[in-house]
Amino acid sequence: MPKVVTKLGNDISTDHIYPGRFMATVLPTETPQFAFADFEFNARLKAGQVPNGSIIVADNNFGCGSSREQAASCLKGYELTVVAKGFARIFLQNSCNLGLSTVICQGVEASEGDELEIGATEVVNKTTGKSFPITPLPPARQAIIDAGGLIAYTRRRVMQKHGLA
Amino acid sequence: MAGMTVVQKVLARATGRPSVAVGDVVEPAVDLAMSHENAALVLNQFQDVYKGTGLEPRIWDPSKVALIFDHRVPAESSKTATNQKKVREFAAAQGITKFHDIRGDEGGICHQILVEFGYARPGQVIVGTDSHTTTHGAMGAFAFGIGATEMAGVWALGVVFNVEVPATIKVVVNGTLPAHVLPKDLVLYLVGKLTAEGANFKVIEFHGDAIRKMPVSGRLVLCNMSVEAGATAGIVPCDQETLRYLRDEAGVADRLEPVLPDADAEYDQVVEIDATSLAPQIACPHTVDNVKPVTDVAGKGIHQIVIGSCTNGRLDDLEIAAGILRGRKVARGVRMIVFPASWRIYRAAMKQGILTDLIDAGAVIMNPGCGCCLGIHQGALGDNEVALSTTNRNFKGRMGNPKSEVYLCSPAVAAASALTGVITDPRQ
Repeated sequence: MPKVVTKLGNDISTDHIYPGRFMATVLPTETPQFAFADFEFNARLKAGQVPNGSIIVADNNFGCGSSREQAASCLKGYELTVVAKGFARIFLQNSCNLGLSTVICQGVEASEGDELEIGATEVVNKTTGKSFPITPLPPARQAIIDAGGLIAYTRRRVMQKHGLA
Repeated sequence: MAGMTVVQKVLARATGRPSVAVGDVVEPAVDLAMSHENAALVLNQFQDVYKGTGLEPRIWDPSKVALIFDHRVPAESSKTATNQKKVREFAAAQGITKFHDIRGDEGGICHQILVEFGYARPGQVIVGTDSHTTTHGAMGAFAFGIGATEMAGVWALGVVFNVEVPATIKVVVNGTLPAHVLPKDLVLYLVGKLTAEGANFKVIEFHGDAIRKMPVSGRLVLCNMSVEAGATAGIVPCDQETLRYLRDEAGVADRLEPVLPDADAEYDQVVEIDATSLAPQIACPHTVDNVKPVTDVAGKGIHQIVIGSCTNGRLDDLEIAAGILRGRKVARGVRMIVFPASWRIYRAAMKQGILTDLIDAGAVIMNPGCGCCLGIHQGALGDNEVALSTTNRNFKGRMGNPKSEVYLCSPAVAAASALTGVITDPRQ
């Protein structure tokens, strides 16, 4: 059962998730080393103390600010899931495009160390026994996820245009 | 059927439909697609798209792509220089004409260049791999930020996939801004009122006589910072001032097609602001919506003053600062950094003696670019230092150090505070 590895508040910006000074690093294979670079969580990530599938819980407006895609790719590199009360538009789009798991859960209550079960319609906090409904992703975003991400989606569209698919 | 807002009309045109409704999912044709140094990532994703297809990666229409180096100019590291080199070679190979390299005759911050060179026009769909692409709504366009992988799709096919037609918040600003109260104060006040997520997934459309009287330079500030309330875009409907700017300042001779909202357009919310009653505002650390009147934080000590950026690095901003600092001195213990939004602005400010006034007062003039605003290239803060800046974000660590603080303000507040070394009301 995946655990909550860090609990964050409102308005966590992309500067917080991936500081601007590392933006010259662009490749998704290289960005994870700078995830939350200015915070203690970065050391835990780099030390391999955070298992794949672990959960970040946050309040409203997670990922606000810059459009930098590195903020999504650096978390995707650790296969983290972000459960937040709300996401900023561009971050949510980038996450869906790159396959970073995002869950909109307006009532979520969880502390670091809690075990969460993320179902189709609700998040169950196994530690406290409480459950919280999930707000479905906008259909326009779900369509990209269902297509296997935006690269795959775009590739198919390009091939269709050239009569190759 | 109800009328349409500006964004609805633009999206209807860009999808070849008579109308679109809020919530419709559409695939608009793109008129202008802008990237800066992160074109290096777009390029990586673009090449990835074509892998295994047997096709050669080609940009759908090289005349509609703009590539502008601004985030790290001149390059601060070999890594950046190599990214810039790849993008430069790509621009040449693809025949991209709207390419602005590191050059004094045509360089600057992307959000100034698109306007200054007349690329951004009324009624267009503009996308950029930068959240402050909202700036170009000041020209009556629907302009919004997207990620690099989405841009790769635009480069390939010339459309943005799966755009949900956004609802619109109508902001009506009437009255006259008092002396020393600037468009920056208005937008800080608005962001404070709406909150940092109050306009998430929505568009802000600006109306009222205070907007009609405002020059393009001020409208750019409003639209630039609309994203700080989470807005997908800010839009000032095209009017005589938009057309005047495009013809007289940007040298656009083409026929322009303004897109105006219908009188019976449906708005999600209407916010009314009386410009006459506004005071200078400050956004306090560490969120842009933590806004207070300057009087609430007056006296707070500061170490660095920054005037510049895509928000407030235009000629009138520098004029206002020079007007306050001329013949006087920046307080000892405070360093003042000025970075104009483009080289055209830099040159005009130099010619008018504005830069001399600022230098004589003790300011340092940096070359146009973004670096200082987001802590990636010069102007970083030390531990426990405080900056007062005319830029657009004050997030923890934004200016290169999570142990520092950034306050946001207008150029008038910044210049008045430079003289005293503490946050100061410019009306005094």
